[in-house]
Amino acid sequence: MSLPHTTAVDAGLLSCPACELVSRPPPGAADVFATATARCPRCGARVHPRKPDSIARTWAFLIAACVLYIPANALPIMDTSSLFDAQQDTILSGVVYLWTTGSWVTALIVFIASIVTPLLKLVTLSALVISVQKKSTWRPHMRARLYRVVSLVGRWSMLDIFVVAVLVALVQIQSIAVITAGPGAFAFGAVVVLTMFAAFSFDPRLIWDPVKAAHA
Amino acid sequence: MPVAPLIACPECDLLQAETPLPPRRTACCRRCGVALYRSTSHSLDRSLAFSLAAVVLLVIANMLPIAGLDVRGQHTETTLWGAVQALYDQDRVAVSVLVFVTTLFAPATELCIMLYMLLPLRLGQVPRHLSLAFRLAPIAREWGLVDVFMLGVVVSLIKLGNLAIVVPGIALWSFGVLILLLTAIGASFDAREFWLRADANRAALERSASGSAARPLEPAT
Ligand SMILES: [Zn+2]
Repeated sequence: MSLPHTTAVDAGLLSCPACELVSRPPPGAADVFATATARCPRCGARVHPRKPDSIARTWAFLIAACVLYIPANALPIMDTSSLFDAQQDTILSGVVYLWTTGSWVTALIVFIASIVTPLLKLVTLSALVISVQKKSTWRPHMRARLYRVVSLVGRWSMLDIFVVAVLVALVQIQSIAVITAGPGAFAFGAVVVLTMFAAFSFDPRLIWDPVKAAHA
Repeated sequence: MPVAPLIACPECDLLQAETPLPPRRTACCRRCGVALYRSTSHSLDRSLAFSLAAVVLLVIANMLPIAGLDVRGQHTETTLWGAVQALYDQDRVAVSVLVFVTTLFAPATELCIMLYMLLPLRLGQVPRHLSLAFRLAPIAREWGLVDVFMLGVVVSLIKLGNLAIVVPGIALWSFGVLILLLTAIGASFDAREFWLRADANRAALERSASGSAARPLEPAT
């Protein structure tokens, strides 16, 4: 019956982002697709045909994250002061330390979580938003999967923040060594939170909208 | 007005008819392949049981030290709250809040919401703010990063292992089980069954409120 791809928007229906109930816009709402007044009849969540201002919001979070990405990597996230010397650690020098002390697997995990993932997330989300803005019909399956992966792995970037938190709490032995959190920790945490917000504000349904139009 | 038998894919908006599934199967979107819904039974009871167990483990995990350190006869150890406190004391307030929210506040909120929704539903009631709770639960789940925190503890112990004798805390095991339980809650909770139960409870309450005189015939089951 509905083999040619019919979306909820095509059928003039709204689907709830929280409980997934498909509903008809309330009668009287002249253009429910333009306004933001409709609520889900079952759970009361605001329903929009597409996430409102998805592209603009995603860009805003991405640009803010890009700007903070520089201090996040350049500033020390951790200061170690012992009797003999004081040492400042950035994200990268933390990975190098693990590598040179022989913890290769751990070094690799931290490298992927803290350096590869945020960068990949920024690049991938930017590429996805651009493809959506250009109404691209190129490999929607692959782009949808990319978005899914990016929103799944993003949380693991918080790893280094937790490492700093534990070290700061544990290494407080005044006579031997004291570790304090550096300004980079704030910037890095902000980057991770901003990229998570960016992923939430992107609407994957926008990937599929031009695909349908091209086939119709 | 709800359109009952239709579902729209949350990732590509394709409208599809909801069909009954054989047990333990998942319905996937015909176009983009994302999982749409599963066939579940007693999912709410299982979610409730996991939530109750998770509350116990969250309390235990926060009372015990997550790790200890022995350097030249001096011993230090810390709990999760100790880590939050240490960051706060160093004027890293934002980072401290971030750690607090993602490891303590979000999981605790998620569990409170689950109990607030599922306990009354189990007892035939409908909690007052059911809809609001339902909408907040996924947000709390999204920001709970207990699993990432656990990996963070392990990495920091490996880092310190070169310099001192590290002692993994008992809380680490509790966090491990807590992660499994939080995953199980997310996997077992079924929104479909949830709303069916809420509607059934509501109907039953209305029937008993309107008195036995005007009770309509119930279908035999
Ligand atoms: Zn789909």
